[in-house]
Amino acid sequence: MDFTFDSEQNDLREAVRGLLDRAYGDSEQRRRVTAIDPGFDEKTWSRLAEMGLLGLPFAEEHGGMGAGPFEVAIVAEEIGRVLAPEPYVEAVVLAGGLVAAAGTDAQRAEVLAGIAEGTTLAAAAHAEPGTRWSPSAAAVTATQDGGAWTLTGVKEPVLNGARADVLVVSARLTGDGGPGGTALFLVRGDAAGLSRTGYRTHDGGRAATVRFDGAPAELLGEDAADRTAEIERVLATARIAYAHEAIGSMDTALRTTAEYLKTRKQFGVTLNRFQALTFRAADMYVSLELARSTALWASMVADAGGDVVSAADRARLQTSRAGRHIGKEAIQLHGGIGVTAEYTVGHHTSRLTAIDHVLGDGDWALSRLAADVIGHETVDPLGAPYTG
Amino acid sequence: MRLQLSPELEAFREEMRTFFTTQVSREIRDTIAARRDLSKEQYVEAMRTLNAAGLAVPHWPVEWGGRGWTPLQMHIWREEMQLACVPEPLPFNASMIGPVIAAFGDQEQKERFLPRTANIDIWWCQGFSEPDAGSDLASLRTTAVRDGDDWVVNGQKTWTTLGQHADWIFCLVRTDPTAEKKQRGISLLVFPMDSAGVTLRPIQLIDGGHEVNEVFFEDVRVPAENLIGEENRGWDYAKFLLGNERVGIARIGSSKRLLAQAKAYAQEVTVGGRPLAEEPRMADRIAELENELLALELTALRVVAHSADGKPHPASSVLKLRGSELQQDITELVVDIAGPLSLSSFADGGSEVPDWARVATPEYLNYRKVSIYGGSNEVQRTIIAGTILGL
Repeated sequence: MDFTFDSEQNDLREAVRGLLDRAYGDSEQRRRVTAIDPGFDEKTWSRLAEMGLLGLPFAEEHGGMGAGPFEVAIVAEEIGRVLAPEPYVEAVVLAGGLVAAAGTDAQRAEVLAGIAEGTTLAAAAHAEPGTRWSPSAAAVTATQDGGAWTLTGVKEPVLNGARADVLVVSARLTGDGGPGGTALFLVRGDAAGLSRTGYRTHDGGRAATVRFDGAPAELLGEDAADRTAEIERVLATARIAYAHEAIGSMDTALRTTAEYLKTRKQFGVTLNRFQALTFRAADMYVSLELARSTALWASMVADAGGDVVSAADRARLQTSRAGRHIGKEAIQLHGGIGVTAEYTVGHHTSRLTAIDHVLGDGDWALSRLAADVIGHETVDPLGAPYTG
Repeated sequence: MRLQLSPELEAFREEMRTFFTTQVSREIRDTIAARRDLSKEQYVEAMRTLNAAGLAVPHWPVEWGGRGWTPLQMHIWREEMQLACVPEPLPFNASMIGPVIAAFGDQEQKERFLPRTANIDIWWCQGFSEPDAGSDLASLRTTAVRDGDDWVVNGQKTWTTLGQHADWIFCLVRTDPTAEKKQRGISLLVFPMDSAGVTLRPIQLIDGGHEVNEVFFEDVRVPAENLIGEENRGWDYAKFLLGNERVGIARIGSSKRLLAQAKAYAQEVTVGGRPLAEEPRMADRIAELENELLALELTALRVVAHSADGKPHPASSVLKLRGSELQQDITELVVDIAGPLSLSSFADGGSEVPDWARVATPEYLNYRKVSIYGGSNEVQRTIIAGTILGL
């Protein structure tokens, strides 16, 4: 049991922090970048690629760095710390992760190398209107005619769906005698029968309505197999990465709030003279540290090859509760300025709210954990490897 | 970053688990599992069993029975003990006065007290709080005035836990009423509870039990050699002692055990023919507490891994704060699982109500104390806001 990062990991953190501080140390820069499409800075994205960060979790033979969950966690946390709008978890961990999980060697070599180099922006098209946080697809269907696959239906919201060069799409397999279930497909941005309508999300990002009308698609993997279990695992990996991004954001929100309490004066004294406020800040610290411990542990479980789905649910629940608590209190302790777009703290609350709803919120994770709560006597975090 | 324990620590954990589950009397562990009070004899027997195996005071200096363990080993020792329903070594002996004498006492005091303290030949009690000195402990008013070779003690202490069993008391007394800072005029005296002029009065608590006491001192004569450390440095020793008290106060192992028991209770009680545990709101509540407890345990592991230099990690205040809240939440959960059965607290042999439901409410009421003692949770928030956040 060891909760410390090694020196290479600390160096990585320093390097990422340096790069992102140059880009977004001035929060006005983030406002300028997110005001125009694609909602992030292509130059910063290229610099992340040059540093090798966009290929961190992919195997070296596929153009990646072969790094583990801790390195991804470090990048995600630094992204969250300055609210960098670059879609790291979305494009690398989620979309890239689906290709890595289901693709053939040739598909991995092509798509993952493109993601790692920063030349291919991949987006996961998985969510469907009217359902939530399912590992399988229902409304978008895949049909095979001869050797060719086509997709029909609507995915929304697809994060970065309008800008993406390639979409990684989950679709329900139809057709008599087929395996059924959900398969994964690649759809190129210029595919016929594909229409995309992009819009802003409340946290400064971009999403899209993506319609497939018999759009040609390339099956990921050799066979049309049910990929639900692989999708569940990749979603879990992304939930853990989001937990770290949320930790970075919460950490900044708390530090910004504490600084404000020390400088802002009312009634002739600084706000930190009011115990009603300092106690609430102390409770925010408690929430943050408990969530941080859980996120770090979930990455350890992933690293050790344990039950990543259950560990991700636990991290999701803890960071969801903490994100809401810290996000709301950060604004309240600031007062009116916390609600303004000119000031950073409200943007953290917006981002934390978005993270909370992309891949499952706290109550959703809780109900999954509750379904199995009688199945074990206690949770042993040192279990090797942890099994839910 | 690594999830698993090293093979050496895994073996250590197994050794602890085996010892606690096989060498400590079944009857004592059953009493803890049933959440009933131990008798004095049971406390003494359990601590002597541990002491004989070198497991009563592992955190003391090695020459006085310590083991030189790492903080992580200490954590494992404590957790396994709690999970096995083994009563922890009496805190007044093992965590409070023992380490203070070992650190600040003179050689004669160490030889005189430490072996007997580790073996609970002396049962110690704590004379800190006073009616007008609770969280503001430094405003205490009990005095000790030098008279020849003795100190003469007058005043009153309160909340003296298990004082009815105690042989000796360690007591903060004001020895310099003229000191500019009230913290600077306090000394630490130890003396037998059967000294002339000591009177103990039980305080009955809302759970119906007798756990704490008031202690009155009227011209109690204490020999000068019973002053621990230096005169007027008692406040430093008290802070040292209370810092030790906070370690392990989260009682995570005990909470895990009680939550596991609560799951079993919730399967015994049925609602509309189905186990209460299957009701979604109940299952959610248990699962949420289990996750909170996991987060706390992981935070404790982070803290112990980073406190190797002997100073408590500032986040240890988080452990006290959340540890006490979760202990309270889980005892509350058990009362709610018991439902109407929770009213039968004092039912006797003829009752149909299971034992766990009878003890539920007294324990819940008793556990309101845990967010108050050891530095109230408001004191912990003050520490977090001041020391960690700089507010």
